[in-house]
Amino acid sequence: MRKALIWLLAAMLMVSLTIYGAGCKAEEAAEEEIAEEEMEEEAEEEEAAEEEAEEMAMADSITIHWAQWAPADNLEALSAGFTAETGIEVIVEQTPWETFVQKYNVEMIAGSDAWDIIVADSQDVGNMAINGHFVELTDFVQEKGILDSFLPSAMYYYSEYPKGYERYWGVPVEGDALGWAYRMDLFQDPDNMAAFEAEYGYALGVPESWDMLKDIAEFFHDPDNEFYGVAVYGDNGYDSLAMIAEQTIRVYGGDLGNFETFEVDGYLNSEGAVAGIEYYRELYRFVPPGFGDAFYVATNDAFISGIVPMSTNFFAFLPALANPETNPFAGDTGYFTCPPQEGVDGVVRQSAALGGQAGSVVSYISEEKKNAAFAWLEWFAREETQAEWAQLPGSFTCHEAVLNSDEFLNAAPYNPNMKESFELFQDWWAVPQYDEMLRTFSEVVGAYVISGTGTAEDALQEVTDIWTEIFEEDGYYDPDFDPNDF
Amino acid sequence: MKKKSGSRKTVNMAYRSMKDTTLLRIFVLPVIILLIIMNVFPLFWSLVLSFSDYSAKRATEWGENPEMIGAVNYSEMLRDPKMWNRFITTAKFVLLSVGLQMILGFGMALLLHQVKFFGKGFLTTLLILPMTMSPVIVGIMWKLFYNANYGMFNMLLGLGKIDWTTDPTFNLYGVVIADVWMWTPFVMLLSIAGLSAVPRYLYEAAEIDRASWWYKFTRITMPMVYPLLLVALIFRTMEAFKIFDIAMGITGRGTTAPQLLSMYLYNVGFVTWKTSYGSALGYIMLIMIIAITSIFIKYLNRARQ
Repeated sequence: MRKALIWLLAAMLMVSLTIYGAGCKAEEAAEEEIAEEEMEEEAEEEEAAEEEAEEMAMADSITIHWAQWAPADNLEALSAGFTAETGIEVIVEQTPWETFVQKYNVEMIAGSDAWDIIVADSQDVGNMAINGHFVELTDFVQEKGILDSFLPSAMYYYSEYPKGYERYWGVPVEGDALGWAYRMDLFQDPDNMAAFEAEYGYALGVPESWDMLKDIAEFFHDPDNEFYGVAVYGDNGYDSLAMIAEQTIRVYGGDLGNFETFEVDGYLNSEGAVAGIEYYRELYRFVPPGFGDAFYVATNDAFISGIVPMSTNFFAFLPALANPETNPFAGDTGYFTCPPQEGVDGVVRQSAALGGQAGSVVSYISEEKKNAAFAWLEWFAREETQAEWAQLPGSFTCHEAVLNSDEFLNAAPYNPNMKESFELFQDWWAVPQYDEMLRTFSEVVGAYVISGTGTAEDALQEVTDIWTEIFEEDGYYDPDFDPNDF
Repeated sequence: MKKKSGSRKTVNMAYRSMKDTTLLRIFVLPVIILLIIMNVFPLFWSLVLSFSDYSAKRATEWGENPEMIGAVNYSEMLRDPKMWNRFITTAKFVLLSVGLQMILGFGMALLLHQVKFFGKGFLTTLLILPMTMSPVIVGIMWKLFYNANYGMFNMLLGLGKIDWTTDPTFNLYGVVIADVWMWTPFVMLLSIAGLSAVPRYLYEAAEIDRASWWYKFTRITMPMVYPLLLVALIFRTMEAFKIFDIAMGITGRGTTAPQLLSMYLYNVGFVTWKTSYGSALGYIMLIMIIAITSIFIKYLNRARQ
């Protein structure tokens, strides 16, 4: 009996110990599991924190690449405010206009991280977007309110690609358009006014149409006395001639094509387009000698030298004409927006060639550099920064509130015209093939406008055929083509 | 004691020369590698690209960009009437520019060699200065000279308002003038070197025989200076075919600029980014230059013999 009891107690002890041991193990395992889970959670939190830290980590400097001109100098000066606020140094590297586009294209093809932001030409946005050179900023411009605060037309032309698909690749830095300067003293001279009215049957004044502009150029054209009718661009090495041409094409009823269907036939070779180019050729007869390669320097020089009564230029270059130190006629210089014109179809249209650029973030830079670049763009897009930017000579904002402010309108004599131009401006093609299209147009149409080779009709038909072939070869007319598929 | 085959001295010398050869190879190797990477590889790679449809601007995707298309680039180029105009314009430029440089350079060298005057060395140095300038600066400087409205060139020569930069009638000659101004001193220098090497006793002997100036020039001076003149001709011809910086500085790259091959190559390669077409054009230019300079080198070798 006693033995049985002892065995029973021993057995109970064994079982208890076993159960206890199992329980301990389970507890341990549970504790281990809990500890493991906790460790995993900690690791995840650490990783998240690291990622967040990485996302927030910024480089201590950024480099912006832009063309060599006054607005770039202004940008560097303005960015001192960003440096003061964040401690991030901003370097603005400038390249002369003649080689600016080639230089950044070469760098982007090579996947260079030499620059963090490029203030690229508007027509290059498609090329840069499709080839992955720029970071898409759709979410950025939406989250930071840039899409709401900047002019819709500015976002469309400077930043959006493909057009109409609401994908954005830059923040407008410099808004610009073609405008005009004229000699008020010559226009208001009583003898000139009387003679003009006697010859043309209407009063001399600020051109109210392109036809009137040509009449005024013809009236003042006096090459024997080294005075010429007008200074307009003639350089067709890049887009100078094309910018004037696209204006005259559009106001006379033509167009460069349909930006959404990529059709060119029926637009570029239309009666209105032909009339526009014929007009440009006629106007070009009144330019000073040596204007075959005239761009912004030549037209300003001609005006400052006092050999023309009116000249065209992008508004960004007009501060030189408003400055009495550079223009002896500054006190007599007035400005006007590209005038309207009745087209061949009887419809009155008004258009100004868009200039200007947007700042885009380069894809090939480090995350720290990207963070710093985004921070700069966000700072630049602020209303107070834009207001400061707009006060600098030659710098033009696309911020709606600033554009409509009295401070902006009163800051320079040409600012009201600039604001008016923002409502009218239209751009060139922004597709990746734009450079080949631009080169073809400049070569063929330039030969007619500058040298009088052939006819406007033949020139535009040739360009239409070449552009159509370009789009066909690259699949733009395929039924399943989707410009947004990249 | 049996003499070992190959004395110690011979073995040491062999060892030293091997070591020298190896050292030589080691020192030269980095340059060879660099040359292969920077010169040889691009040369053959661009040849491959010239038989394809490739644009450096688009993302590289084998089979699509580049896509091999055979000799299409070459045939398109050679069938393009505008391309033949460019060949003719370039040939015109080369003939005019190099011809004038040779005549003026040799003429100046003859004058400087024969006439002795105070300050001759200083004048010679001044005459060489254009050659020392950067071609781009020369182009920009001449563009200012040529300005139709305020340029000194028209003003000093009383030429009115001739547009030497953008008028297709004149701008090729504008580039010729600038190129001749810059590179005539090069021909002059080589000619002076050749003239200085002609032994005086040949002229003395000819004078004793009462030889005329023309006889001395054609029978003594020219045969002795001829090889150096050919060297100058070869260098200047090669460079004239490739003229770019001076032309670009003066006329820009618009369509009113002279239709020179190098300017067109730049536009094709770096403006419209038709890389393969540009490569094909580059090869055609290379073949042309090699063909022409081969003829000159043949005459040069004959002259040396």
